[in-house]
Amino acid sequence: MSGESFLEFSVLAAFAALSLAFFLTVVRVLKGPTLPDRILALDMLVAIGIGFIAVTGVSTGVAFNVDIAIALGLVGFLATVAFARFVLSRQDPEPPDSGEGRS
Amino acid sequence: MIDSLQDYLAAVLILVGAAFTLTASIGLLRLPDLYTRMHAASKAGTLGSCVVLLALAVHSDDAAIALRAIAGVFFFFLTVPISSHLLAKAAHASGHRLWRESVRDDLENLSRRAK
Repeated sequence: MSGESFLEFSVLAAFAALSLAFFLTVVRVLKGPTLPDRILALDMLVAIGIGFIAVTGVSTGVAFNVDIAIALGLVGFLATVAFARFVLSRQDPEPPDSGEGRS
Repeated sequence: MIDSLQDYLAAVLILVGAAFTLTASIGLLRLPDLYTRMHAASKAGTLGSCVVLLALAVHSDDAAIALRAIAGVFFFFLTVPISSHLLAKAAHASGHRLWRESVRDDLENLSRRAK
């Protein structure tokens, strides 16, 4: 198998794997029993989005995909920090017996 | 020769990164509580997207793009531990308990003192 066709195959496989990962993470966002679970899953969605952008950059060769990935990473970082401050300020969590947590 | 080597290396890196990301999302779905899910999401997930960015750096012929991709990897390795540490600390301090089969909670006294 030549290098180019192997690259094409692996780009397709990576798109399939990333789509599946995106779907599983969205399931966790919908299911997640508490707010921090959802925040963590949204952070993971940003990471998967960066992966998508990088794979697209490899397959199309468009140069400024890297800048979009870095900007998305910055936005995801700031959003997670802001959500963490929000969780900290909201001192009463949801009833713990709704999930798998201990009393 | 170099072009084909670049293609092979980028393809392998893309496959490895996508596999890591998929593993991280399966862990995010399967693990029992927030603090164990955080292991999957913040370690394997970051490694997955960083490896794919490295594939972009390997594949591009332009040094500026490769350097920017490596700077992005550096940036993610810098920020993801901060954000996940902050989220875990905030969740623990606001009273989200561990999984009932967890054997040890080093911050237990700390959160009790804060109350």
